[in-house]
Amino acid sequence: MKNYDVIVIGGGPAGLAAACSACEKGAKKVLVIERDKELGGILNQCIHNGFGLHRFKEELTGPEYAGRFIKLLQETKAEVLLDTMVVEITADRRVCCINTVDGYRELKAGAVVLAMGCRERTRGAIAIPGDRPAGIFTAGAAQRYVNMEGYMVGRRVVILGSGDIGLIMARRMTLEGAKVLACVELCPYSNGLNRNIVQCLNDYDIPLYLSHTITDIIGRERVEQVVISRVDENRRPIPGTEQTFDCDTVLLSVGLIPENELTRGAGIPMDRRTNGAIVYENMETMAPGIFACGNVVHVHDLVDFVSAESEKAGAAAARYALGEEISGRCIELKNGNAVNYTVPQHIRLEGVEKLCEVFFRVNNVYRDRIITVTDEAGNLLCRFPREHMAPGEMEKIALPRPLLEKAVGSVTVSVIAKEELTQ
Amino acid sequence: MKQQLICIVCPKGCHLTAEQTAEGWQITGFGCPRGQQYGIAEMTNPTRVVTSTVRITGGVHPRLPVKTDGPLPRSLVREAVRMLDAVEISSPVCCGDVILPDIGGTGVNFVASRDM
Repeated sequence: MKNYDVIVIGGGPAGLAAACSACEKGAKKVLVIERDKELGGILNQCIHNGFGLHRFKEELTGPEYAGRFIKLLQETKAEVLLDTMVVEITADRRVCCINTVDGYRELKAGAVVLAMGCRERTRGAIAIPGDRPAGIFTAGAAQRYVNMEGYMVGRRVVILGSGDIGLIMARRMTLEGAKVLACVELCPYSNGLNRNIVQCLNDYDIPLYLSHTITDIIGRERVEQVVISRVDENRRPIPGTEQTFDCDTVLLSVGLIPENELTRGAGIPMDRRTNGAIVYENMETMAPGIFACGNVVHVHDLVDFVSAESEKAGAAAARYALGEEISGRCIELKNGNAVNYTVPQHIRLEGVEKLCEVFFRVNNVYRDRIITVTDEAGNLLCRFPREHMAPGEMEKIALPRPLLEKAVGSVTVSVIAKEELTQ
Repeated sequence: MKQQLICIVCPKGCHLTAEQTAEGWQITGFGCPRGQQYGIAEMTNPTRVVTSTVRITGGVHPRLPVKTDGPLPRSLVREAVRMLDAVEISSPVCCGDVILPDIGGTGVNFVASRDM
């Protein structure tokens, strides 16, 4: 069995940043295992720009952003295994993988970083009624066909879901000569970034139907028609509001699911709300020496934040592999009003230098709110005003260590109106 | 005349208001100087950075991603992408190589956005 200090599973943005930072922090033998034939992950198919504004202070396309990190990795001594599938990991950090050159192998790691990313929800996951003809794709699958493989997936398109991938594909399909008839969103607001509504839909006069959903798909061999209906406040279709579109393609942009089969297989405790592993402040899971970062932990909106989080995980993995362990007081973070989840879920004070960054999402669109952090005794530890919050925009707050040290028991993150605070 | 805009410079998406005055367009609501510039440009000469792909032979994939190395007038976007249909290049290509120079006489080029 071959031994490594750190094994990183996944060669996308999370894995690349984690491996680079593990090397930088002194891990000698680092291995990245990637199932595709090249590094870069999903960035390779995201040919649009807008990546890297935080990280590199310039606007890059997905392949350019990946390229920068691939170059950084090549400057390290890290090994890379391409075309290789990890089939199992264990809590004692054995990594079992398989490829067509070496066959089945078991590797042993001082620390493991899980960076498998996420996958798209499919038609099956949201149970759209109707026929089951060809021509129904997840937006990301269509993106790979169009941008990398060179196949046009359709000519007249209806997009369900207004997540960023769906919006980006609306523009992409239009520029490639297709007619995008509608972008249909169940929620009364879009789940994509505002800038994507402007430059992908408005620029090309593509109508966005909020509070609508697909209620029927008609077609024998290929999609022929799609029926959409308005939905009520409980998201139930309203009879009599049907509109029919003649189209040959449906793209689904209806959410992403962290890809955690390996994590579950290793018996690592999961968070039902994020669909990712429960993590500590340094991105360590509850299995000692196994770390997780990027979209496999929680789905991010910006790759820049994936890179930052993954560097934290990679550095911590290197320290663990070199024999450093964190113990001492652990504070549980709880979700208060309007907060859907937090990452991390637990903070060990010893692992916090000055500030502990906490990421979370809210459950609705809010204006002029205050994020409060309180402890079990009801003390207000800190607060952060926000002009605008939405489920599609990940929130970040930084908790100073001295305040956490003062906290009594667990700590709750909530979002409240300004008036509630003064009471 | 007042007009509402959403800034697309960064993912924050600030809500801008553009108002025509004697001194030209006055922009409010921006979070940074780039937002102000965007607002003025959007009211006078809206531009976009354009990304697409071209055929490539001998590469790891059959398509190579490309982008414009500067903003193009929005009215030229569709035409610019059409011009790429006729382009076919062969591997190897380096990130930044010019794929289609001087799009429509603008001085803006399509360049490769990865090595392949």
